Amino acid sequence: MTRGRARALVVVLAALHLLVLLAGFVAPYDPVDQARALPFAPPVRLHVIDADGRFHPRPFVYALVPDPATADGYMEDRSRRFPVQMMVRGARYSVLPGLESNLHLVGVETPGRLFLLGTDGFGRDLLSRLLHGGRVSVGAGLLATLSALLIGMVLGTVAGFSGGRIDGGVMWAANLFMAVPWLYLLFAARAALPLHIDTRATFLLLVTVLGVVGWARPARLIRGVVLSARERTYVLAARGFGANPLYLLRRHLLPHTFGVALTQAGLLVPQYILAEVTLSFLGLGVGEPTPSWGTMLGSLQQYDVLTSYWWMFAPAVALVVTAVTYHAVTSAVHGRIRLVTT
Amino acid sequence: MRLGVSCLLAALFATLPAGAAAQPLPIAAGEEVLVERDGSGHYGRRLVVALRAEPRTFNPAIAADAPSREVIGRMTGDLIHINRSTQLTEAALARGWTRSTDGREYTLTLRKGIRFSDGQPFDADDVVFTFRAMLDERTGAPQRDLLIVGGQPVRVTKVDAHTVRVALAQPYAAAERLFDSIAILPEHLLAGAYARGALAEAWPLTTSAGAIAGLGPYRLKEYTAGQRLVLERNPFYWKADAAKRRLPYMDEIVFLFAGTEDAQIIRFQSGESDILNRASADNFTALARNGSARHRLEDLGPGLEYNFLVFNQNDLSGKGLPQIESRQRWFGDLGFRRAVSRAVDRESIARLVYRGRAVPLWGNVSPGNRRWVNASIARPARSVSEARAILKTSGFSWRPDGALLDQQGQRVAFTIVTSSSNTQRTEMATLVQADLKELGMDVQVVPLEFRALVDRVFQTFDYDASILGLGGGDADPNSEMSVWLSTGSNHLWRLGQKTPATAWEAEVDRLMAQQLVTLDSRERKRLFDRVQELVAEQLPFIFLAAPHILVGARPDLGNFQPSVLDHYTLWNVDRLFIQPDGSQRR
Repeated sequence: MTRGRARALVVVLAALHLLVLLAGFVAPYDPVDQARALPFAPPVRLHVIDADGRFHPRPFVYALVPDPATADGYMEDRSRRFPVQMMVRGARYSVLPGLESNLHLVGVETPGRLFLLGTDGFGRDLLSRLLHGGRVSVGAGLLATLSALLIGMVLGTVAGFSGGRIDGGVMWAANLFMAVPWLYLLFAARAALPLHIDTRATFLLLVTVLGVVGWARPARLIRGVVLSARERTYVLAARGFGANPLYLLRRHLLPHTFGVALTQAGLLVPQYILAEVTLSFLGLGVGEPTPSWGTMLGSLQQYDVLTSYWWMFAPAVALVVTAVTYHAVTSAVHGRIRLVTT
Repeated sequence: MRLGVSCLLAALFATLPAGAAAQPLPIAAGEEVLVERDGSGHYGRRLVVALRAEPRTFNPAIAADAPSREVIGRMTGDLIHINRSTQLTEAALARGWTRSTDGREYTLTLRKGIRFSDGQPFDADDVVFTFRAMLDERTGAPQRDLLIVGGQPVRVTKVDAHTVRVALAQPYAAAERLFDSIAILPEHLLAGAYARGALAEAWPLTTSAGAIAGLGPYRLKEYTAGQRLVLERNPFYWKADAAKRRLPYMDEIVFLFAGTEDAQIIRFQSGESDILNRASADNFTALARNGSARHRLEDLGPGLEYNFLVFNQNDLSGKGLPQIESRQRWFGDLGFRRAVSRAVDRESIARLVYRGRAVPLWGNVSPGNRRWVNASIARPARSVSEARAILKTSGFSWRPDGALLDQQGQRVAFTIVTSSSNTQRTEMATLVQADLKELGMDVQVVPLEFRALVDRVFQTFDYDASILGLGGGDADPNSEMSVWLSTGSNHLWRLGQKTPATAWEAEVDRLMAQQLVTLDSRERKRLFDRVQELVAEQLPFIFLAAPHILVGARPDLGNFQPSVLDHYTLWNVDRLFIQPDGSQRR
C-alpha cells in the first residue's frame, strides 16, 4: 500500500469520527423529533431548477405532501421553494456536558423539511438518527476496545513476563472467557436488572460487558509477544546488567507489543461496533427513542420495511463503510509497522 | 337398519380409487338438511391455506391453540351457531329451540337423519355425551368455564332421540350463544376413551383418518408431520345449497404450515396459498402496494380487539415493590389518568402504527362491534394544554426544565412494558412516550419477551404500565365478564379483588351481573352502555386503537364473505368454491 493511499484512508476514518462527534451540529434535526405527518418519507430531492425551469444557484427543496394517487406515497408541493441554508438555528443539542448549542450546519425553513436520508416510521429524520446513533455505536466500539486492550495488555504482559503459575492462571482464565456463551449470559443479566435503566447506564453496561468479555484474545497475543521478546539476547543482556523488571518492561518489552495492540485495536473497533449493533438488534442495547445503528436496523425485521423502504438500510451502509475503512487502515498500519520493525 | 345403510355406504367408499375425492351423497328422504338460502357454487378443486403453525391435536375437547382450532373448526359442527356475517345466532345441528318463560331452560330439537363423517348417525346421545365430556374436569376442556352459569354447570338431558333439554342455574342472557363452537363429539368413537378417563389424550395428530369423525363440512384425509394436512369433503354433511345440492363445494382443503406471519404472507403472495386469514397492517400495506391480479385484499374495518395502556393499580402490600408502590400515587389518581388520556395522540397511532388501518378508541367496545358499541361516548381531541391544566388541578407542577413533579416534588418517571414480539404495541409505546414527554413525564419503553410480560402483569405485578390488547372473541358483553367484574381474571389494573376497591367498580359489577340475567336485549344494551360510560369516565385503561381485520383471498374464490369475527375467512368454508372460468365474481 502506498503512503498516499494509507494517508487518504486515515483521513476518511478521521472524517467519519468527526461527523459522529459533531452529530448535533451536522444533523439538521433532533434525532427524536417526530414529524408524524411524514412517516417513511423518502430522501428529499435537492433542486437547482424550479418548476418553471428557472435556475437557482442555491439548492432548494420542496415540501412533501401525501400523494393522493397512492396509499402511503408522497409528492412535492411545488408551490413554494425552501432554499437550503447554512448555519441555521434549530433544535438544542449538547456539544459537551454542560455546553449546549442550537446551531446546525444546514437546514430549511418549515414547513419545508431537509430529510436528506428520508424518515423512519415515526417521521424521524434518518440522517440525524444515523449521526447520533453513530455516537452510541462507534462510541461503544471505541470505549469497549480501549477497555479490552487495557485489560488485555496488563494481563498479557504480566502473564508473559512472569511465566509459571501466574501465566498458567491468566491463560486459563482467558480460555474460560473465550468459551463462555456470552449472549445468553447477557440475556440473563438484562432480565435480572431493573426495568428502568437510563440510556447512559445502558451504554456503560454495553461498553463494560464488551470490554470485559473481549480482553482474552489481545491478552494471549501480547503474552506471546512478551514471551518471545523476554528471551531476546539484548533483554538477557540488560537483565545481566541488573536492569529491574519495570525498566525491562518499559524499555524493551512493551514497545514490542504496541504494533500488535494497534492492529488489534483496528480489528476490535469494527467488531465491537458490530457487537453493539447485534445486541441492540436483540433488544439488549439502548432503548427507544435514543438511536443507535443496531436499534435503527431493528426495524428491518419487519417484512414491509425490508421490502418497501430502501433508505432504511442507511445504518447498514454506514456500518459497512466504517468496518471496511477500519480494516483497510489496520492493514496499512500493520504494513508500515512491519516495515519499521524489520 | 341404520347400521346396514352405514355399512353399505362405507363399502361404497372403500371401492373408490385412491386419491379420488369423496362425492357428496344425494339427500335422502327424511334427512333434515339445512338449506342455505343464498349463494350457489361449483363442485371440485381444493383450497390451500397456510397456517401460522402446526396444529397440536385433532381433539375438539382440548384444542386451545389457534392452528388446532382452525383445522378442527372445519371438521366439526355445533348445535346453534353465530353467523359471523350477521353476528346473530342461527340454527345449526339444532333445527330449532325454545326458551322457558323464566329463561332457565332451553329445549333443542335436533335434525333427523344426520350422520357423522364416518356414516354413523347423530342423535341426542351424542349431545348429552359431548356436554358430559366437556364439563368433566378430567377432560380439561377450555370451553368448560363458559358452560358454568351462575356457579353451576349447565345440565343437558335427553328428552327423546332428537330432543335435548338444557337447564341453567339462573337466567342467562344470550344463552344460545354458549352453544357456538361447542363441537359435538361422536359418542361411538370417544365413549371408550372417556370411560377410561383418557379423553384428553384421544385423537392426537398420529390418529388415522378412519378413527376420527365429526359433523363439519370436511373430514381428515391425511396428515404429514411438518408438511401438510389434507381434509376431504364430508359426503354426509348436513347442509345443502339453495338448489338442494349437498355442501361443501370444494373437494379438499390443504393446510400448509408457514411458521411465521411473514412466511404466511410470502406464500400467499406467491400464490402458493389461496387465503390469508389475517394480516398485520404493515404486511397488508406491502401486499396492497405490490398488488397483482393474483390477490383480492379486503379491509373489513375495525375488529373487536382493543389496545390500551394500563397502569398498575394492584394491591402491592407484601410484594416488596416500594418504588412501584410510591408511583401508584399517580396511577391511582384519576386526574393523572385523564391527563394521560388527553395527551395521547390516538390519530397518530392509527395512522403511523397501523398505516391508517385502525380506528382511534376512547371506550372499551370497538366500533367493529356494531350492536353493542355506545356511540355517545365522548371522543375528546388531543390537547396537551388541557392535559396540563388537569395535572395542575391535581396538584402536579413543573420544574424550570419542563420536568413534571408530583405533589411531593418527586419527578414523574415510569416505564411502559410491551411484548417484544408485537411490533405494533412497541411502536404505540414509542408514540405514547413522545406524547407524554410533552407533559414533562419521563417514560421508558421496555419490550419484554411475551411470557415475561404476562408474568409481570398477572403474577408479580412488577411493572408500572403496559400496553396490551384484549377482545376479539365474541361480540356479546358476556365474553367481557372476566375483564370488567372486579373479581375477573382479566381485571388487569387491579387483579384478585375480593370486594370492589372503588364505588364505580362496584357499580360495574352490579351492571354486568344484571345484564347477564336480563333477557330483554334493549335493556341489556342500556346496562352495557352504562358500563361503557363508567369505564370511559374512570379510565382504568387508556384506550388507544382498534385495528382493522385485514384479509386476502385468490380473486376467483366464490362466496368469499370474510367477517370481523373469528374465523375471519373460513367461517363459511362449506360454501366457498373456485370459479371454473377463473372469473372474479363473488
